[in-house]
Amino acid sequence: MIHEQASYDRDDEHVREPLLSEKGEATVDVTADSPLPDDLTRDELTLPAPSEPEIARHYTRLSQMNWAIDSGPYPLGSCTMKYNPKFTEDVAADPNAAVHPDRSERSTQGNLELQYRLQELLAEIGGMDAVTLQPPAGAAGELTGILVAKAYHEHHGNDRSEVVIPASAHGTNFATAATAGYDVVELPSGDDGRVDVEALDAAVGDDTAALMLTNPNTVGLFERDITEIAEIVHDAGGLLYYDGANLNALLGRGRPGDMGFDVMHYNVHKTFATPHGGGGPGAGPVGVVDELAEFLPTPQVRENENASRYERFEPANTIGKVHGFTGNWLVLIKAYAYVARLGDEGLSDASAKAVLNANYLAERIDLDVPHGPFHHEFAATAGERDAADVAKRMLDFGVHPPTTKWPEMVPEAMLTEPTEIEGQSSLDDLAEAFNLAYADTDEALDAAPNRTAASRIDQVSAARNPRLSWQALDDE
Amino acid sequence: MSGTSGTPYAPHTDEETAAMLSAIGAEDEEALFDIPDDVAFDGDLGIEPRTEREIRAECSRIFGRNDDLTEFLGRGHYGHYVPSVVDHLSDRAEFLTSYTQYQPEISQGFLQALFEYQSMLVELTGLPVANCSMYDAATALGEAATLADRVRSTSGDTVLVPEQLREGKREVLANYCAGADLAIEPYPMADGNADVDALAERVGDDVVMVYAENPTVRGCIEERLAAVGDLAADADALFVLGSDVVSLAVLEEPASVGADVVVGEADALGLPTAYGMGLGIFACSDEFLRQVPGRLVGASEDAGGDRAFTLTLQTREQHIRKERATSNICTNQAWVALRAAIHAAVLGPDGLVDLANDCVRESAALADRIDGLNGAVAPVHDRHHVREFAVRVDQPAAAIAEDLEAEGFAVHVVDEHLLQVCVTDLNAARTDDLVAAFEEVI
Repeated sequence: MIHEQASYDRDDEHVREPLLSEKGEATVDVTADSPLPDDLTRDELTLPAPSEPEIARHYTRLSQMNWAIDSGPYPLGSCTMKYNPKFTEDVAADPNAAVHPDRSERSTQGNLELQYRLQELLAEIGGMDAVTLQPPAGAAGELTGILVAKAYHEHHGNDRSEVVIPASAHGTNFATAATAGYDVVELPSGDDGRVDVEALDAAVGDDTAALMLTNPNTVGLFERDITEIAEIVHDAGGLLYYDGANLNALLGRGRPGDMGFDVMHYNVHKTFATPHGGGGPGAGPVGVVDELAEFLPTPQVRENENASRYERFEPANTIGKVHGFTGNWLVLIKAYAYVARLGDEGLSDASAKAVLNANYLAERIDLDVPHGPFHHEFAATAGERDAADVAKRMLDFGVHPPTTKWPEMVPEAMLTEPTEIEGQSSLDDLAEAFNLAYADTDEALDAAPNRTAASRIDQVSAARNPRLSWQALDDE
Repeated sequence: MSGTSGTPYAPHTDEETAAMLSAIGAEDEEALFDIPDDVAFDGDLGIEPRTEREIRAECSRIFGRNDDLTEFLGRGHYGHYVPSVVDHLSDRAEFLTSYTQYQPEISQGFLQALFEYQSMLVELTGLPVANCSMYDAATALGEAATLADRVRSTSGDTVLVPEQLREGKREVLANYCAGADLAIEPYPMADGNADVDALAERVGDDVVMVYAENPTVRGCIEERLAAVGDLAADADALFVLGSDVVSLAVLEEPASVGADVVVGEADALGLPTAYGMGLGIFACSDEFLRQVPGRLVGASEDAGGDRAFTLTLQTREQHIRKERATSNICTNQAWVALRAAIHAAVLGPDGLVDLANDCVRESAALADRIDGLNGAVAPVHDRHHVREFAVRVDQPAAAIAEDLEAEGFAVHVVDEHLLQVCVTDLNAARTDDLVAAFEEVI
């Protein structure tokens, strides 16, 4: 399969689509017709002033220069790019749901009901006792969860300073622990790609606030020793944090709460098919066991005593707020609609097909996959080839490449997650793209990609000479 | 899908599933799972699947339980009319269903749109660096405090904030400050503005950051921001200014009053009222370029010598720098930033300035009418306002708000005898009715 991305060649200008500013700007004298005294206003404002038809054409052209899950396979490992059901957009666009967050409880029973229902659904799916919907993305969920763990320890008079994280974990885990004020203890991976239980035992102690763990881990392996891992951490007085990035592998078959995890976040984009929007908005609800519920962000939503209405309440020892208002509401509505559409069997089938697809694809590619048995994703190795170059070449074959050079435990890693949405023929195309790129000449790899709107982009000079606005380009 | 009970979003026929299993050499799908029995879940979640039609009807019924009120609400979350073209263009699947632009060659469209968004923020703030979004104003403020902690080597750890500040915003800031061992301290305000004299007394070696808002949470326009900026600069503290994207079109340019960092909401463009969903602004001076949280899009060239865009300075970020990253943020609000940029383009500078000026005129006119009522004083602060203003009432504010709600209007209760009212293009046509209702209930 060959893919040719649209582009608008302006040879002499070395530009594909002009910037809005290049299509014509206007400058307004702000003081001219201002209701404010001059000393409280700016003098002028210069911004693009395109007509609506020009705007429509500009953004349509830009969209044509952008790959998306609706364009074709997007098997970015650990990112879970699956199809976003269209009807969820219509559900979220209900004008009745578009209320201000400061409205009274009495006048927003509908929103409160949906929040309550989603809290309950997520708690059930994760095997947790209470859920907050407030964190606006997965990393915000991590921070919320770790702050809840910190509040728990402080409440019990324990001053703990460390969070233990496997080397193969998502970068956000390390950054989250640091943001919450913890020292990070990095745990090297065992030879089999999993947590080395002896190393964990040695690393965990009186200073351990929590272990942050992804399960299946970032190369798709289930941490088989999870019960023993949980015991080690709990015996030391620490808590077990579940990074929900890979929950799509476990739906209906395994629940973090049943594995001994105390606190977790859900990535609703990854697991519940809300659109990623080119980098957000996401949502990162956090689930906790009973002992931690009193520390959750405020407000929480519950049914009142006789279940006649919904009400907000402040958990007894709340950490306060983690988002200015109620989080990414429109995203949460879409997640609810998705879960309702699938139900038990659909959710469990989604995981089954995600795992089936990863295993089938791995079988079809010529690259070696060092660790197994893996679930919804696998880390192939490009061996002697440069994984980033192989990825660039794949762009010419009608697919998006996998995540490259991560996790580091696999040399020249190509972390691949096809998700459940690809069928057999699509996976065959994907495998062919892998194999063609992997076997191609060094020259072909160096020259790739050739059929994307832009050819290989110079990252080094972008960082060395940062030009982050059209004003910076004008200054040159 | 396998039979009729699986996910509708997987294309596998039973035959294909069987062929794939056979290619793998697995007996069935269950054989692919490596979950020990003692932690496997074999119960029911109890979630009944529904059809699209059923779910749309169900959610429509649920949301129908919200009362249909005309909202005169703001305090950080603002509803403005969003032109249809914003929905239609941003909903293009190539934008909506894409991921973060890790492969820039095939993601030029979104990267350029975000570069343009950054550029608009550069123009509005006067600062040379703007990232391509934070979650919202509150988390952006939190990130500004951690930046202050990293870049300011003053001896102290105090973050000064205005005493009139949205409580939720202060709580979010506190959660970011806790990890950096920063202490938040409110400074007094004088008639709705920062009390510059009190600030001058307070600012010293122990202060790493001074935060002010323009407009303030009560809609007041600050009149001595440059003096606040000077105080912060003299103490080598970071001056962080909070604002929103519409107000920035007409108010003093943050760079001109000495702001080191601008945070705030850009969701006043591009997003309808959305229960508080936001779009956090983060802009700063060049000095902090390598300390910025979040994603930055930069211009570069491709192998053919053509201009191209890419995420850049990624060594600041968590996926490279791990615990030494400038922030833990990964996914942000990129699609909302796209929407804000489209909305700004539709308005153009004329439209944006007109919109902001209307927010000043309409709020002044409405305050004047409410001030004419017995038992009400508006605006409480003798300042210029954007969109919103406080109203002092003789009777208990909560009771009045409740009565107004019965008349079909929502307003803020700020304290025992203080209400707050916000007017934008969305509710401006209903101000006569609001004033009549006020007259009725006070």
